Amino acid sequence: MSVARYFDEMSYGPAPEADAEARAWLKKHAAGFGHFINGAFVKSADDGHFETMEPATDARLARVAQGSAADIDAAVKAARAAQARWARLSGHARARHLYALARAVQRHGRLLAVIEALDNGKPIRETRDIDIPLVARHFYHHAGWAQLQETEFADQVPVGVVGQVIPWNFPLLMLAWKVAPALALGNTVVLKPAEYTPLSALLFAEIAADAGLPAGVFNVVTGDGGTGAALVAHPDVDKIAFTGSSEVGKIIREKTAGSGKSLTLELGGKSPFIVFDDADIDSAIEGVVDAIWFNQGQVCCAGSRLLLQEGIADTFLARLKRRMGSLRVGQPLDKAIDMGAIVAPVQLERIKSLVATGVAEGADLFQPKMTLPENGCFYPPTLLANVQSAATVMREEIFGPVLVAMTFRTPDEAVMLANNTRYGLAASIWSETIGLALDIAPKLQAGVVWINATNLFDAGVGFGGYRESGYGREGGREGAHEYLKPAAWAKRKPRAAAEPLPQPQPTADGFGLPQIDRTAKLFIGGKQARPDGNYARVVLDPKGRKLGEVGEGNRKDIRNAVAAARAAEAWSRATTHNRAQILYYIAENLSARADEFTQRIVAMTGTSKVKAAAEVEASIARLFSYGAWADKFEGAVHQPPLRGVALAMNEPLGVVGVVCPDEAPLLGFISLMAPLIAMGNRVVVVPSERHPLAATDFYQILETSDVPPGVVNIVTGTAKDLAKTLAEHDDVDGLWVFGAAELSTMAEKLSVGNLKRLLVDHGLAIDWHDRAAAEGPILLRHAVQVKNIWIPYGE
Amino acid sequence: MMADLKIASIGGSTNQAGHNLVPRNEAMPLDLGWVRDVRVNLSGVERRAATLPGRRTVKKDAQAAWLLKAITCIDLTTLSGDDTRQRVERLCAKAKAPVRPDLLDALGMADRHLTTGAVCVYHRFVKTAVAALAGSGIPVAAVSTGFPAGLIPHDLKLKEIEASVRDGAAEIDIVITREHVLTGNWQALYDEMRDFRMACGDAHVKAILATGDIKTLRNVARASLVCMMAGADFIKTSTGKEGVNATLPVTLVMLRMIRAYQERTGFKVGYKPAGGISAAKDVLNYQIMMKEELGREWLEPHLFRIGASSLLADIERQLEHHVTGRYSAFNRHAVG
Repeated sequence: MSVARYFDEMSYGPAPEADAEARAWLKKHAAGFGHFINGAFVKSADDGHFETMEPATDARLARVAQGSAADIDAAVKAARAAQARWARLSGHARARHLYALARAVQRHGRLLAVIEALDNGKPIRETRDIDIPLVARHFYHHAGWAQLQETEFADQVPVGVVGQVIPWNFPLLMLAWKVAPALALGNTVVLKPAEYTPLSALLFAEIAADAGLPAGVFNVVTGDGGTGAALVAHPDVDKIAFTGSSEVGKIIREKTAGSGKSLTLELGGKSPFIVFDDADIDSAIEGVVDAIWFNQGQVCCAGSRLLLQEGIADTFLARLKRRMGSLRVGQPLDKAIDMGAIVAPVQLERIKSLVATGVAEGADLFQPKMTLPENGCFYPPTLLANVQSAATVMREEIFGPVLVAMTFRTPDEAVMLANNTRYGLAASIWSETIGLALDIAPKLQAGVVWINATNLFDAGVGFGGYRESGYGREGGREGAHEYLKPAAWAKRKPRAAAEPLPQPQPTADGFGLPQIDRTAKLFIGGKQARPDGNYARVVLDPKGRKLGEVGEGNRKDIRNAVAAARAAEAWSRATTHNRAQILYYIAENLSARADEFTQRIVAMTGTSKVKAAAEVEASIARLFSYGAWADKFEGAVHQPPLRGVALAMNEPLGVVGVVCPDEAPLLGFISLMAPLIAMGNRVVVVPSERHPLAATDFYQILETSDVPPGVVNIVTGTAKDLAKTLAEHDDVDGLWVFGAAELSTMAEKLSVGNLKRLLVDHGLAIDWHDRAAAEGPILLRHAVQVKNIWIPYGE
Repeated sequence: MMADLKIASIGGSTNQAGHNLVPRNEAMPLDLGWVRDVRVNLSGVERRAATLPGRRTVKKDAQAAWLLKAITCIDLTTLSGDDTRQRVERLCAKAKAPVRPDLLDALGMADRHLTTGAVCVYHRFVKTAVAALAGSGIPVAAVSTGFPAGLIPHDLKLKEIEASVRDGAAEIDIVITREHVLTGNWQALYDEMRDFRMACGDAHVKAILATGDIKTLRNVARASLVCMMAGADFIKTSTGKEGVNATLPVTLVMLRMIRAYQERTGFKVGYKPAGGISAAKDVLNYQIMMKEELGREWLEPHLFRIGASSLLADIERQLEHHVTGRYSAFNRHAVG
């Protein structure tokens, strides 16, 4: 086209990014890439391989090794061999390594950006301006955590060998989010990149080796889902960190149940994008562009559900459609496009099929007129308006450039609709009224909330989900903890096998004055409730004498207790001062009845009076500790690189089930219940199966301590059955299980329905009298989830 | 949209400026509710302004064409205390022949009779410029109303406008009274702007908001809206004398207001950034923003002007580089 013709048309013309260096690098590896194991590239043990394609053209890009279980094993062995030495390096030495990686990423920034765009199909603008700079930032930030580890995490140790499985939507960025904190804090890594997009991880491995990273510290095994499964199944891996679909996340949860592996999952979402009628509408529309047409909408935290206040809906959608008309879809290496290619044909088909479903279910479809490239996987920006909350496209993650829209009338309704989802990854709120925006943010079930912004990320600000969007955080101090474990828990030993239950002895009462019967009921919703099944179980002392009877709780009792806990939602909003006062009051009332509880413990366990009295005193002190923590275990104010702040709020999980161990029947119960309610959770507690009477005696203390009904519910009975119901219950947000190892395994396996947050002991005993192991942040961290609220500001 | 009858009757359609390609803004009654409803989120605006240059770019032939187009939108300006008749005549000569003929030839643009959009001077030099530009079709723009501070008596402002129009100015760049914006006196701003517009008669009026003085983007948005309601043909950022001149965020806000005004009234209002745009790569970013936010039509001089004095020289160097492949120097191009 001539200058004169451009002068008349004023069109953009092509603006291709050069790919010569990237093609040369691929050519150098034309024979095929190996796995990166123990500092060197090696072939697959069985010489297996597969091809990776360029989604924008359907052309073959490279030949990549298909990892087998043997390759995974070799990589895990290398990581294991390196881990102790790597962890023994000083924090400063590891900081130097991470700093070198950050510098190396910057040095090779353009090559990484081009390779990423070729392999994934995303625009070079995004890889160049967003992905790669964030990768470098992540390594810089975590070089800092390595440097500070000895002082800032003095009571923590590395987890060990970490298996990491990452997705194809941000291949190198997800690598950085996982690898940087793991390495910084003394772990070694086996990384399995996504099948569609392995190249940037292989290039990074080359770069890392060149930057002097010791052999075995970072290993890459490429392959498909089977390779990932082999990594997840490997017995010598201490932790799995996974980012991907909720479906696969749940499989991993199930497969790792009982293995003792710790797990973080960063999964899907259907994040709301809420626009109030006092928003800057034009800026909100640009927000929509960044929310759903960023990376072709293949973003786990994409703002894919547009919720518009009814009064502005028409004008908003009209302006949005105009804006959609100026979006450009084209070749990823064209520097003047907004959207590139969808990652693979199967994904494109899924998007098409879901949009067809949406239209069939009544949505109004809008796609701007545009010409898509002839070859490759391309899909236009798409709006589905007038979508009802029951529609498939409103509930299912599409993972493509498809926005669904509906309206709301009031702030309450906006919150209700926003939370009407299984997911809870992110949310975006648009309003120019500070009171409104800051009121909505805490009410949303989401790990990340952006006010008047969207898709902002920073290494210093934790990212991660609520609900079925997964658990764990990546970035910031909250993310660092995912790659550490408490030193106080590192040397726990399996619980001694429980003594067999004694033979019940006949009751010897004759004509003496009988004891007044004190059959304990259950404690649900602030009332003592008869068990649903109307059966009782006998509680024996160590000699087999009957001490009393307690209710035999069943499924329906758990259901009722969970409903009562759900209804006590006001507790989560109570002031921390209020919660502290109540914890002190519980302690006060327990203290008043210390002798009674001492005798009860002696009677139940046969321990000495001195030890029993010490347990009661420790319980009172523990309640005081959590009264103290209630208004002190606070969040943080992050300062990401923008004019604004991100508030890291410690929010309660919601309704949490607690299964107590048999040892220390009072102190164990208090040690688990108190941190949870201090942080605003409502609990359903299954007390020690063998020694439940300390907990049932506690009803009266709860009743006299101003604990609101439903905050603490206690269901006695068979721990295994009750734990099973709790684990399977989809309205239970978290579950703490302490006791036999098989209880932990079962809880992990059955928790997949709603991916509830778990804290289990895998049958490893904790000394409840040891404050370092049984009190404070070590448990409080599990009683909260961090929500980061991004607040850019300025007039 | 209901027209302001008084202005419509004065405005008419027999304008001699040669850029009256769209119906003139007929103004509308002051709608204070609309003005007060305006919301501008600074971070959101900054983000769009900062990322747009990364989303769009023009290269090679397209870039040369866009730069040539930019030339046709330049209000080639001299607003110095030491301006003289011959200084203005030299500027006018440059306006008529802004690019070396051999370069235009090499670009295949020799037959396009490329000129700048206008020449912009103080009232004193309007006659000089009109004479120098006779037959070229290039309009003369006069800064007015006590430029740059705009603090002379109101009746003198109107007289200054009328005098410039009498001398042949086809365009009048007025400055608003910043106090009206800073105190939220939108009625006073509206009244003042309406008087200016009426005093201009057939001459087109550009309203200079002095965005560096009124500071906040919310003020910029509201002042833009009020000036358009009162009949501004163009809204313009700056006199070039404030501490901060044209910026992309300010531009984005003004363009969004132009779009909103058009949505509601149907009238297309032009935009003129001024001050500080001196590099070819900068002007491309402004052009891209015009095209993305308002559309293709706003790249033409009847809806887009750039107030600049040194920009042209940089564009000439870039054009020569495009033709020869060698980096150019200022001394190879005639000064304006």
